[in-house]
Amino acid sequence: MFSLVSQITLTTLGVALLLALIRLVKGPTLPDRIVAMDLLGMIVVGLIVVLAGSTRVSATLDAAIVIALIGFLGTVAYATYVERGDPR
Amino acid sequence: MTDLLTAVVWLAGAAFALLAAVGVLRMPDVFTRMQASTKASTLGLGCLLVGTALELGDFAAFIRVACIGAFVLVTTPVAGLVIARASYFADVPLWKGTVLDERRDGKDAAADGGRVS
Repeated sequence: MFSLVSQITLTTLGVALLLALIRLVKGPTLPDRIVAMDLLGMIVVGLIVVLAGSTRVSATLDAAIVIALIGFLGTVAYATYVERGDPR
Repeated sequence: MTDLLTAVVWLAGAAFALLAAVGVLRMPDVFTRMQASTKASTLGLGCLLVGTALELGDFAAFIRVACIGAFVLVTTPVAGLVIARASYFADVPLWKGTVLDERRDGKDAAADGGRVS
């Protein structure tokens, strides 16, 4: 179904997702986890964009817009939460 | 020709995203991790968006891709700034090899609510 190039791209993005997930689980402090979560959202947006390109369904890009928006809002919300309380 | 260009740009974008993830995993500090994450992932996502726009070659897809690109270009530096600022004021420890911390003197005054500008 997918061409070889999109398979390689999706696999590489999956490995990147896994590495960010390791940091999300391991992260010593809460800001580490926020950074990992932000990167996770970016990689998922990239994954959806490549998927939309390789399946030629351009309506999938709307989901990428929504995920980018929610990821940014979540990052800002967590950051204000950290700035008020103490990091754990 | 377009397929070749799409392949090159997609592979470059995936490589940059992987580099961002490796940087987030391997860097010693919150601030260096944030640095690696924001810069490399912005470049990687930009490459992936260009590749998808070339692959689809559609006007609607081009508009959507431009929207995502503009949004990411605007919001990623803001997110990085907010994370760095929050973790600095929350006293997250800096890396042992940090050579310069210009705000350290004003930090005690900022501890009790008021911020030093």
